[in-house]
Amino acid sequence: MTKLDSKIPEGPLSEKWTNYKAHQKLVNPANKRRLDIIVVGTGLAGGSAAATLGELGFKVINFCIQDSPRRAHSIAAQGGINAAKNYQNDGDSVYRLFYDTIKGGDYRAREANVYRLAEVSNNIIDQCVAQGVPFAREYGGLLDNRSFGGAQVSRTFYAKGQTGQQLLLGAYSSLSRQVKKGNVVLKTRYEMLDLVIVDGRARGVIVRNLVTGKLERYSAHAVVVATGGYGNVYFLSTNAMASNGSVAVQCYRKGAYFANPAFAQIHPTCIPVHGEYQSKLTLMSESLRNDGRIWVPKKKEDAEAIRQGKLKPTQIKEEDRDYYLERRYPAFGNLVPRDVASRAAKERCDAGYGVGSTGLAVYLDFSEAIQRLGREAVEARYGNLFQMYEKIVDENPYETPMMIFPASHYTMGGLWVDYELMTTIPGLFAIGEANFSDHGANRLGASALMQGLADGYFVLPYTIQNYLSDQIQVPRFSTDLPEFEEAEKGVKARIERLMNIKGHRSVDSIHKELGHIMWNYVGMGRNKAGLELAIKKIDELKEVFYSDLRIPGAADTLNVELEKALRLEDFLVIGKLMAYDALNREESCGGHFREEYQTPDGEAQRNDKDYMYVSCWKYEGKGKKPELFKEELNYEAIKVQQRNYKQ
Amino acid sequence: MDKTIDITLKIWRQHDRKAKGAFETYNLKGISTDSSFLEMLDVLNEQLINEGKEPVVFDHDCREGICGMCSLYINGHPHGPDTAVTTCQLHMRKFHNGDVITIEPWRSAGFPVIRDLMVDRTAFDQIIQAGGYISVNCGGAQDANAVRIPKKDADEAMDSASCIGCGACVAACKNGSAMLFVSAKVSQFALLPQGRVEAARRARAMVAKMDELGFGNCTNTGACAAECPKSVSLSNIARLNREFIKAKLKD
Repeated sequence: MTKLDSKIPEGPLSEKWTNYKAHQKLVNPANKRRLDIIVVGTGLAGGSAAATLGELGFKVINFCIQDSPRRAHSIAAQGGINAAKNYQNDGDSVYRLFYDTIKGGDYRAREANVYRLAEVSNNIIDQCVAQGVPFAREYGGLLDNRSFGGAQVSRTFYAKGQTGQQLLLGAYSSLSRQVKKGNVVLKTRYEMLDLVIVDGRARGVIVRNLVTGKLERYSAHAVVVATGGYGNVYFLSTNAMASNGSVAVQCYRKGAYFANPAFAQIHPTCIPVHGEYQSKLTLMSESLRNDGRIWVPKKKEDAEAIRQGKLKPTQIKEEDRDYYLERRYPAFGNLVPRDVASRAAKERCDAGYGVGSTGLAVYLDFSEAIQRLGREAVEARYGNLFQMYEKIVDENPYETPMMIFPASHYTMGGLWVDYELMTTIPGLFAIGEANFSDHGANRLGASALMQGLADGYFVLPYTIQNYLSDQIQVPRFSTDLPEFEEAEKGVKARIERLMNIKGHRSVDSIHKELGHIMWNYVGMGRNKAGLELAIKKIDELKEVFYSDLRIPGAADTLNVELEKALRLEDFLVIGKLMAYDALNREESCGGHFREEYQTPDGEAQRNDKDYMYVSCWKYEGKGKKPELFKEELNYEAIKVQQRNYKQ
Repeated sequence: MDKTIDITLKIWRQHDRKAKGAFETYNLKGISTDSSFLEMLDVLNEQLINEGKEPVVFDHDCREGICGMCSLYINGHPHGPDTAVTTCQLHMRKFHNGDVITIEPWRSAGFPVIRDLMVDRTAFDQIIQAGGYISVNCGGAQDANAVRIPKKDADEAMDSASCIGCGACVAACKNGSAMLFVSAKVSQFALLPQGRVEAARRARAMVAKMDELGFGNCTNTGACAAECPKSVSLSNIARLNREFIKAKLKD
């Protein structure tokens, strides 16, 4: 049995990262030029890592599936990025950001990693401003902040409702500069289809050129995957259409452990589902909860009348509204963490108080904010979000409350990594949403951007050198090695198998079915019977997939349906893994809510005695149940408590 | 209940860069007016796959109007008839029962067709690589609040920076000029003190690359800004011209 060594450095928590950097091995400039690094993905994590590794002098090959690195889905992050600057003088500190993140994650994240994240958060803001990211400013010319869920300070930096876009364009600019310098070779419209391992170390990838359909081989001294999360397993999610979990599955099959797959974040404020043809769900930024108040009618008959279109929300009197988050969680009110807000919305809708034609929606109301601040101020803060809502729903949120409902948004689970962000495969690193490390069982708002950039700008460029320092004598690899040959053969066989099914069902139609299974049984509320049923249903759906899938066109040319089929095949693996993990974890924590384990007032009931560990799943071969390994979590600096957002 | 409409689509089909393309006509019935334009195309593709035909290829990703991946020249307008939205956020309620909708790829020398409605926009990446950045390495940046920047300048830089790089400006321009795209990036950095240092060099390098890649000249028709899904302003072009002239005077 492999023992999981998280490689947490010695010393007190606040000195671990400093100690690590002081004692780690480095690679000198002449040797950096001789070392190749493959980075897969160009989002905040991948883009910033590729740029920074290029700046250091490594030779980087950077892949993305879109036509340009700037399209990566980090671009869609709206609200902001956290940092412990304490510019507002409201009591923030590195420790408090660390504490809030651990608590928000319901004590299921690794302490040392999270502390490091909080430590480097301030450098990120400095770096981004230097790059020309136009963060919002106050009239005095200093940076402005707002607050996000799970925090009692204002530590979120933002650029209108387009923070992810601006941060990504910052990383993209730096990346472009390195492309010009020749340190980074950019490969766009390429998709990774397998990892190549030589003598036990990650040494290359098999990729498919999405325009020509040809398979190509690339070798390197190390491989970094920054391929995001697997939220599209639900079919409908706030993720981009091409976001997928395939690289994680490829690495998992080659021996990397998959950690906490069941920890998926269902975001409370998305535009509700409205039809069968729907292809994705649109997020309404968490920042809206700074000023918007969430409510449903107090009386069931009012909710019923609204659903039938007989009553308008604006006609419901103030005393007949149930601001349920403010009622249940007076201390944090509308700014409770996402998992708490999502479950509370589901609870009200399940109880019959939901609004909208389907009854699966709650109101997010700005009338009080408009009265207090004036329409202009609200427009300045949220104008682009309001415009987006109006374009999609055809209702004016300045005049009538928005309707929102939870939707799949982010996955805290991912490839297991140690303190150096290396997976269980030597030389294979995972950064950003693709790894599991920092958010425990629930991610706080504005922390994904922070983690992606922390990993890419400030952590990986150091830790990867500790690995590469003894690789300087290793010459560049030939892609003619038998390991590459074999991996490519495997990919070819896999593609042929799918192309030859020649059944009747489109990829999307099967993916939608998987989405229903996942949402109903492995979604916001889970229980033993449902999870067992989900596993059975996924197995049945797999049979449909392998017997009745239809992919038009050919494999050796551009073929969008083939791309989608390969991704769906991997989502079927992930879906089942999520169900296994959720079944194993007989407790409720963060986004993982087992209905059997709740407090009398319906809050998540953790079981620290038996489940204070990271569940790490090891692939055991086709058709076999994966094996579970545990990384025990030890909290030295924090007193573990029941999460409480009430007082 | 949803309102539905029946429509006829005339879609440009082209197998690859060198192949000769042509319009094909498709009839779609019962399209919900609440669906987005791309969801309507999903319905068409599902129908084509069920008939054993190859689906229409088009670029798209975030479907939230921010990634800039979607394109489409719809009834003579980049991103369709609605204003200030990308194609992914255009909704079928903007169309009527019985409408004939013509869908073409971006047409520009700078953006060759890859297949059907998908085009190659790597030229935009090359223009950014030529100088669309501030030359700072990671690490060693001063405190983010060390230099105060007037709110007005920061806000204006943000407006310029909101360009999503979709290429609608080029598709809208009769000359196929990329001036709005280039000027938005030049302006964003020229407005900020940290970007001023390289302002002249940047303007010169980006304009030279744009010319080299075969984009046309700007004749101030303003079609680019009118069709821009993010309402990037023409004033950016004026600023680029100023920066460019200043750079030339220094030469």
